[in-house]
Amino acid sequence: MIVRISGEGQYRLPDADAERLNELDNRAVASVEAGDETGFGELWAQMLALVEADGEAIGDDELVPSDVILPPRDSSFAEAAAEFTGEGLIPD
Amino acid sequence: MAGLGGRMSTVMKAKISKLLDRAEDPSETLDYGYQKQVELLQNVKKGIADVTTSKKRLQMQSQKIEQSVVKLDTQARQALAQGREDLARAALERKTVAQTELQSLDSQIEQLASQQEALTQNEKKLRAKIEAFRTKKEVIKAQYSAAEAQVKISEAANGVGEEMADLGLAIQRAEDKTEEMRARAGAVEELEAAGTFDDLSQLGDGQDDIDRELAQLGATGQVDDELAAMKAELGSGGGDSPQLGNGEESK
Repeated sequence: MIVRISGEGQYRLPDADAERLNELDNRAVASVEAGDETGFGELWAQMLALVEADGEAIGDDELVPSDVILPPRDSSFAEAAAEFTGEGLIPD
Repeated sequence: MAGLGGRMSTVMKAKISKLLDRAEDPSETLDYGYQKQVELLQNVKKGIADVTTSKKRLQMQSQKIEQSVVKLDTQARQALAQGREDLARAALERKTVAQTELQSLDSQIEQLASQQEALTQNEKKLRAKIEAFRTKKEVIKAQYSAAEAQVKISEAANGVGEEMADLGLAIQRAEDKTEEMRARAGAVEELEAAGTFDDLSQLGDGQDDIDRELAQLGATGQVDDELAAMKAELGSGGGDSPQLGNGEESK
């Protein structure tokens, strides 16, 4: 699968990572909703670490849309709270 | 890859596709896709230039606050020299507030500078992708039937479109951040200029500003000096001792 880190670029990851990444993503948002800044920081770091460990950067000549798009690396807790919590666009 | 994506990813994808919508007419992607990408690249370049301009303005604001810090420090010294510890304290308190703002502003400007660096890098990457699109389009057109080519080129165009939209988001984010910082720095400047760091300026009857008080003190000092000079001129206020022989003045 193709993962983009917004503001940075795309990576190719094994499909097997999808579930793990989703789970971390949803837990990160849950921790923001719970006001748990430390928890969010840890989960976010784990997500980035996963992409870095398993991901292979996609070259400039490869033109593919992403399956997963992660927010910018330097997203703050406040930004995450403003953008990813609440109703959400698609409840799951 | 259906159903992929947690909540953050879902929101991010929605943001990107919102920016993508306008370029999604498939009949356009085949023939005009490249041309359109080149046009949109100009907007991206302009966006990055705007961020640079905003950053420069922010740096100027930072310099102004720096000047305020120096001014407040001078005021504090003047006040202290005049024996007005209360004024000196107020000036130093304002200076501390301004300094704190200055520090956070400067570190944010630094962050912005590295974001700007990243934007420039990504703009290069986007340019490379657009060039790759042009090449790919020609190859695909030569190798596939029109219908197949359309599908393949559409996908490639979406890849480029996503890259462009993401860079657009990053530019927007940097721009928003800059605006936020500028507003905050502007507020500090205004406070300093008006001398209304709220509770900090509660001196005397609560309204007097440091500058004004210092000016008054200065005026008083000047009056004192002039009085003293006059007294000297008149021969020590009518005293009869002749020991102040100041040369030309006497007579």
